[in-house]
Amino acid sequence: MQSEKRSHSSARQILQTVLDASLVPFLAILTAVVVGGIIIRFVGGDPFLAYKGLIQGSLGSKKALSETAVWATPYIFAGLAVALAFKGGLFNIGAEGQLAVGAVFSALIGYALPEWLGFDLPTVIHLPLAIFVGMLMGGIWAGIVGALKAYTGGHEVINTIMMNYIALNTTSFLLNGVMKDRSPTNVIARTPLIAESARMPSIFEGLRIHWGFVLALLVAFFIWWLLNKTTLGFEIRTVGLNPDAAKYAGIKVKRTIIITMLLSGMLAGLAGSIEVTGLNYRHELGFSVGYGYDAIAIALLGKSHPLGIVLASFLFAAMRNGATRMQFLTQMPVDLISMIQALILLFVAADAIVRYIYRIKSKGERVVLTRGWGG
Amino acid sequence: MDWKRFIFIALIIAVLFGTVVMVGQAKQPPLLIITSMLATTIAVATPLTLGALSGVFCERAGVVNIGIEGMMLTAAFFGWLGAIYMFHIFELGAGVSIFLGVIFAILSGGLMALLHAALSITFKVDQIIGGTVINILAVGLTGFLNRQLFFGKGSVFGGNVPSSPGVLPTIHIPITEIFAPICDASEVCLQNVQAINRVFDQKPIAIGAILLVFFAHYILFNTRWGLRTRAVGEHPKAADTVGINVFKMRYANVIIGGMFAGLAGAYFTIESVPSFEPMLTNGRGFISLAAMIFGNWTPIGAWAAALVFGASQALLINMQIYRDVIPPQWSFLQESYIVGLTPYILTMFILTGIIGRTTPPAADGVPYEK
Repeated sequence: MQSEKRSHSSARQILQTVLDASLVPFLAILTAVVVGGIIIRFVGGDPFLAYKGLIQGSLGSKKALSETAVWATPYIFAGLAVALAFKGGLFNIGAEGQLAVGAVFSALIGYALPEWLGFDLPTVIHLPLAIFVGMLMGGIWAGIVGALKAYTGGHEVINTIMMNYIALNTTSFLLNGVMKDRSPTNVIARTPLIAESARMPSIFEGLRIHWGFVLALLVAFFIWWLLNKTTLGFEIRTVGLNPDAAKYAGIKVKRTIIITMLLSGMLAGLAGSIEVTGLNYRHELGFSVGYGYDAIAIALLGKSHPLGIVLASFLFAAMRNGATRMQFLTQMPVDLISMIQALILLFVAADAIVRYIYRIKSKGERVVLTRGWGG
Repeated sequence: MDWKRFIFIALIIAVLFGTVVMVGQAKQPPLLIITSMLATTIAVATPLTLGALSGVFCERAGVVNIGIEGMMLTAAFFGWLGAIYMFHIFELGAGVSIFLGVIFAILSGGLMALLHAALSITFKVDQIIGGTVINILAVGLTGFLNRQLFFGKGSVFGGNVPSSPGVLPTIHIPITEIFAPICDASEVCLQNVQAINRVFDQKPIAIGAILLVFFAHYILFNTRWGLRTRAVGEHPKAADTVGINVFKMRYANVIIGGMFAGLAGAYFTIESVPSFEPMLTNGRGFISLAAMIFGNWTPIGAWAAALVFGASQALLINMQIYRDVIPPQWSFLQESYIVGLTPYILTMFILTGIIGRTTPPAADGVPYEK
């Protein structure tokens, strides 16, 4: 009886915490939707029809749901990447580049490894290997920035952006050159198709939803476990909150910074790998326009909590996926979605605005996400 | 800026110029190559210089501005759009339209900066997040309006992107006219004078940017306004105690910074080419930030650093000209891809602090709580 009562009250507590944590993001979304509606009205569209199209296009049918999950998959990985870095006090704006690097290497292993070896590999080896190499290369790409931060103090914000440009230029160089699909009809900068043995099986016949989506959910749970139940997670969070205190507590701050960036990059790389092995079966130039940037908004909207990120990813995925239907119904350009997402980000980041509008009192400490140039 | 840093800058520029001279001398005499490199360097360094100045004003007042990229992009769009509206809808003359376009660009940069100021000063949002919001908002806003205004339902342009009234003209500085008599009808001498003249024949924003560098230096270090700006960036509490309004100073400087970024945006669509494409700033706002850091938060230092980036971009442009005469052992220079990476790698290299550490203003990035 006693224990039952306690568990009841703790369940209520958890519910209360979840409600508290999701109140401001929810109101931020609401505000962004209202402001977005005003913008639609202003440029001569029908906001209700537009939002109806958005919902129909993203949730209205089995196919629409499947497509939303397909969109959500890279968002979850990339959102987790940004969030993990946030937890460690680092701002990874480079998910876009790490994702491209992951995709390129997964594609390379996917199509070229059987040629190099001279024989076909079984799926149980080839597929995990392709994913792993892409993930690892994404990790190294970010790890370089982590090492620069740890040993020289070079700020990760500018360095990840520079690495983005380097990654995108290099990718375009490779996809137009040595890695280009040589089939005679091809004029696009893309790799050849990866071997059958490196492809993920589909979950349902006829729908594009793939096992990568399930993997994304598992990885989200893993990251939650890593951050909250392991020593490494504790170290990452401590360094993020206060590197000086972490140092006095005996945590190797430099090592932790590098590991945080490495893990963050691996998650972003995974986003690219999964897109290649699960969905497109090749890497094509410009397949990811803005995943890395949307990921920042997703991480902020999800308050850097894995569950929050899964939910935020679904929201963003639904908006992207429903945009086509919205455009069909109202002739509003798809770019409108970017506008609304930017507004969501604005209201989430500046939660003071939301609190001011809805008269919600702030409680608790301000969470510091990043630090200035000092390093 | 210490002398070591200037020597380093001179060294890099010398290497970049030397590479082009080495490759191009098969085609043109060195003087012509150097002057053409110089002219390009100054022109392409313009948005970087202005962007860095934008950062200097914001950060000297204690507000980290990572949103320069977004402010530039917004300004590039609205400047271009404004010029088109003035020209086609209000049917003003081309010259007036272009001039008003520049004004629109500056104002829209200032407006974006106002948003950044509100976020970081009033709402005390993490300033790097605030800047990221600006950047993402700018991409969304310009992408949406670019599509909607020209191709949307009921667009006054009916699905066509109308031609822009053009770009700002080059200002001719009469060096050739002055020095031609000295040459005494010598053909080679006259050619050289003309080549040197080309370095100085720049467009208005490029010339304005250089003047603004020295103006900004004067304002920051020789006026009461500058002293107050630096005070609120170094020690806002002390500044507040002696009666300086920290919030007002910060707001004003962030907005001034945004206007600099706005002028940088105007460079892209009103001075360089008369067209807009989504995300055309292509990271130059961030490179400006690196220039600002390398220049140790001083206008002249930031300008010098911007010239390094300008030179590396000029290298890329000039390599296209000498493509066919590149010696085989230097064939990697043919790859515009490899040469194109120079500014990004240079930025990362500079940020390592190998060439000496820089110190940001003490209260940079810290919201002021009264």
